[in-house]
Amino acid sequence: MIGSVQDMAGGLLIVVGAFFYLVGAIGIYRMPDVFTRMHAASVSETLGVGFLVIGMMILAGFTLVSVKLAIILGVVLFTSPIVTHALAQAALQEGIKPLGVGNQVLVGPGAQEGPEKIGKKVEKRKEAPPKRPPRKTQKLAPKRKSTSGTSSSRKASSSRRNRS
Amino acid sequence: MMLAAATLAVLAALGLAVTRALRGPTVFDRVLAGNAVGTGAIMLLALIGFLTDRPEFLDIGILYALLNIIGTLAVLKFFRYGDLSHPGGEEPADS
Repeated sequence: MIGSVQDMAGGLLIVVGAFFYLVGAIGIYRMPDVFTRMHAASVSETLGVGFLVIGMMILAGFTLVSVKLAIILGVVLFTSPIVTHALAQAALQEGIKPLGVGNQVLVGPGAQEGPEKIGKKVEKRKEAPPKRPPRKTQKLAPKRKSTSGTSSSRKASSSRRNRS
Repeated sequence: MMLAAATLAVLAALGLAVTRALRGPTVFDRVLAGNAVGTGAIMLLALIGFLTDRPEFLDIGILYALLNIIGTLAVLKFFRYGDLSHPGGEEPADS
């Protein structure tokens, strides 16, 4: 009785973990950018590995195998953020820009401080919303036009950034 | 049954990661895919150990987990400085 419940719970967690692992791998394959691929890889390295290892720990019970699985889980959970951080920093230093940044210079000698640039961008986005409400009141009925309007306003704001 | 399904899913994930490692336009894509392949190898070892009732594979999994981060950081440092004995710092080598 207890054994069957243990097997079912462990198998369910393992299936959920395998699902998340596969989702993360599909993200690694299909995402358009290095940074978005890192984002997808973190899914499979936290949720996927976590569910898989916890499911196998439930299957193993209180044995030495369970301790080894806990060691594996701890090592993976500690090292994957380190690797992701190092990878993102190396990619930024190399000059690879995230999608949506445009022509801004984020890192390097020819640019201002990166965080200040990013902060300015955030401030501009905070200034943008007060301009939107009149447009929304004009185009409340068709929702598609409102979305296209926001995208065009994003493009316009990015072009302004490029000029400045 | 569920272990076999999970093993197949991890194998498919490994295939996708290997494809990204072969196709990746930049070095960092390949390094990221290599890291994902390492994690997938750990999970595959653990799952196969459970499938065949041979939990000794978990030791090899721990070893892979410890080697994975060292290898990834070493590759990143090599491609940034061009030398593994570089002390690091602000100015990377000419590249």
